[in-house]
Amino acid sequence: MILARVVGTVVATRKDPRLEGKKLLILRPVTPEGKEESGYVVAVDTVSAGNKELVLVVSGSSARMAEGCKDTPVDTSIVGIVDTVSLDEPPLKGKAAK
Amino acid sequence: MMLGRVVGRVWSTVKNQGLETQRLLIIQPVTPEGQAAGKRLICTDAVGAGAGETIYWCRGKESSFPFLPAEVPTDNTVVAIVDHLHVDRTVRPPNEKAAC
Repeated sequence: MILARVVGTVVATRKDPRLEGKKLLILRPVTPEGKEESGYVVAVDTVSAGNKELVLVVSGSSARMAEGCKDTPVDTSIVGIVDTVSLDEPPLKGKAAK
Repeated sequence: MMLGRVVGRVWSTVKNQGLETQRLLIIQPVTPEGQAAGKRLICTDAVGAGAGETIYWCRGKESSFPFLPAEVPTDNTVVAIVDHLHVDRTVRPPNEKAAC
């Protein structure tokens, strides 16, 4: 699972029938320290996340195991809205962080 | 499966039903020597690992198997707490250069 921030929505009319009624959001992955990472992902929202919220994202076939995503053509889903992140160790710098 | 160390926690109140009662840990992948290697990630916890412990975790759909028959939507799960490690340094991986 990774952390990500909601940055937008996707609207699609023509889509697989099993995706009907599913909310699609654009996410920007972030590190546990809160730094934004490169790239964007589109994910199905199962928890009614809002714009700019920090969310938990699960990818791969496990994304289908989320409640409401059974037997749907989905490989990334939002499974939680993050309240708090606590880190015991300071973030790494340089090569090891990549 | 890969070695890691527990470096933090994530709390979430609003979450998918399948994730309820699950602990979420922030894991730092480490080398057998304990040095950080790679990006930190969020794991569910099947063994009750605590802060600072060395653990190993598995990836992919298999990571939901420890919770069966419950269907937990997770792609990384801590499956064991490491007691100790032994690395035989006389057998070196072929791509490793200088002696350690």
